[in-house]
Amino acid sequence: MALEKITSTTGPAVYVPGNDIDTDRIIPARFMKCIVFDGLGEFLFYDVRKNADGTDRSHPLNEARFKRATILLSGANFGCGSSREHAPQAIQKYGFKAVIAENFAEIFLGNCTTLGLPCATASREDIAKIAAVVAQEPATDVVIDVVKQEVRFAGQTVKVEVRASARDALIHGRWDPIGELLDGLPAVQTTAAKLPYLAA
Amino acid sequence: MRKSLFEKVWDAHAVRTLANGQTQLLVGTHLIHEVTSPQAFGMLRDLGLKVAMPHRTFATVDHIVPTDQFAEPYRDPLAQAMMEELRKNCASTGITFFDRASGKQGIVHIVGPEQGITQPGTTIACGDSHTSTHGAFGAIAFGIGTTQIRDVLATQTMALGKLKVRRIEVSGKLLPGVYAKDVILHIIRTLGVNGGTGFAYEYAGDLFDRFTMEERMTVCNMSIEGGARAGYVNPDETTFAYLKGRPYSPQAAQWDAAVANWKSFASDPGCHYDDVVKIAAADIAPTVTWGINPGQAIAINESIPDASKTNVVDEKASIEEALAYMKLTPGAAIKGTKIHVAFLGSCTNGRLSDFQEVARFLKGRKVAAGVKAIAVPGSQIVALQCIAQGIDKVFSESGFEWREAGCSMCLAMNPDKLIGDQLCASSSNRNFKGRQGSPTGRTILMSPLMVAAAAVTGSIADAREVFAVN
Repeated sequence: MALEKITSTTGPAVYVPGNDIDTDRIIPARFMKCIVFDGLGEFLFYDVRKNADGTDRSHPLNEARFKRATILLSGANFGCGSSREHAPQAIQKYGFKAVIAENFAEIFLGNCTTLGLPCATASREDIAKIAAVVAQEPATDVVIDVVKQEVRFAGQTVKVEVRASARDALIHGRWDPIGELLDGLPAVQTTAAKLPYLAA
Repeated sequence: MRKSLFEKVWDAHAVRTLANGQTQLLVGTHLIHEVTSPQAFGMLRDLGLKVAMPHRTFATVDHIVPTDQFAEPYRDPLAQAMMEELRKNCASTGITFFDRASGKQGIVHIVGPEQGITQPGTTIACGDSHTSTHGAFGAIAFGIGTTQIRDVLATQTMALGKLKVRRIEVSGKLLPGVYAKDVILHIIRTLGVNGGTGFAYEYAGDLFDRFTMEERMTVCNMSIEGGARAGYVNPDETTFAYLKGRPYSPQAAQWDAAVANWKSFASDPGCHYDDVVKIAAADIAPTVTWGINPGQAIAINESIPDASKTNVVDEKASIEEALAYMKLTPGAAIKGTKIHVAFLGSCTNGRLSDFQEVARFLKGRKVAAGVKAIAVPGSQIVALQCIAQGIDKVFSESGFEWREAGCSMCLAMNPDKLIGDQLCASSSNRNFKGRQGSPTGRTILMSPLMVAAAAVTGSIADAREVFAVN
């Protein structure tokens, strides 16, 4: 399976401020009553974007100037809580191609990587710098360079970090591990045979 | 070399190192449910792949089942469709499905242990973050996403980076009226909601040595709320006694060998830990949350935090955001806050001992006027045990609605939901914004007995006072 080598991603960004933004907030549970992931994008951040009557609340994603954003900026512990892949699926299906945050919850980061959605961590100060530029000039192209682990925008460069295993998988086009896992099947049998509860 | 249980289990299940440095880890037991598996089966079909080890895969239905309706079709056609999809996927692949008609259905993290499927020294994965529950048995259990469910279905393995291990030692005795739920809320409050990122938590110390399996499960269940992907307790005689005679436990002829093998996985004395935290049990009080994540918690007698009292920018902002959502007054007592709903159940606190303990004190008391109180056993077997002991009657006579097994109002993917900005005293595990089904609904997490105290008084209360616990 040939996968795209994700060495960098470029596009306008939008800043959704806040720490501990959990996956229930990213995609409320009631929208998980589905047997396919299609269509999840429109429910991204639904309860903080919409009032009960369906009208818009004040939220960066509701602002026309950020509609073209493909890079999502946020705070610390982004994606905490439920393991639902519906959260990164909703982010991706909405049109985002990467997320920059201070740090990420463990399961969320793994889920994103498997979808080819780079998660880069940056310092609070640097996220604020990017956010400030984007607020002034929403069309600014923000470049996340996965190889060099830096973000470039409006003539500035800041350091980011992409977890080593994720970075390797993204830049070499093996972020979806299924092919490699299938190749290991003979070895799986050997390992299983040594474990009494599986050998029985 | 001395090794922790985590390292031993990891090493025994490591198949090989992948090109990106992650490990291809063998998943001995795969648990699935209706919400996160249908897309994975779809991916499998798209790729033309088969389920590698259907005999090591077990399914049940929990998130979407109505707890007030057994007969199908369900009122919600989407719930019915998910039910049928799981049934079809299990039937076509030969996976054992603990369907509602089996009498063994329930929340996946309650079914695994009660069937004896959850065993020490094993690896377990499930598309649900509370899979850490199974660590109570000395298993390493991971919550995974749907693409990983596909990986496990197709190969019985997944790609994963090794975690560090933090030992959390709790020593001494809990004060009367303080429960396992308070212990984990206290740990999360102390270490933070992301304090465990990158770690597996090893819960230890004489408190855990004395804890029952159900108490250990309550603590391990909420490891993820502290950011730890897995949490475990070393297996001991309590573990083996719990497992003996269960349907999937090793049978008589294999029992002694199995126990010897299980014992060998326990952490070696003096092994290396990446971090050690010590907590005194006597410092833990009945704990309740006041905010919008499980780390925002206080002892019942503490005041609600006041953003104006802190100069830490982050803390200020998070207190303000949380209190604006919760509609609580900074600096006020949390005790006395009026509630509208009381929910007793979930994979955290929906086991027999939770209902037994509450029933002891609830007998003869009445749910306050205007409070909707529901008691939801975590599995059909828990329900039967409660009925056999007359516990269901204690609940219904007090004014609780006694329901069928399921996840219910923990995440409200079923008809059990908060309405508007109702405030719920809940024995569940998450108080995120909108978690209980209403975008403005409010949740205060606490132990089952504290839920009962709130139910009978109509407000957040100290169960020790309400029920004269001493």
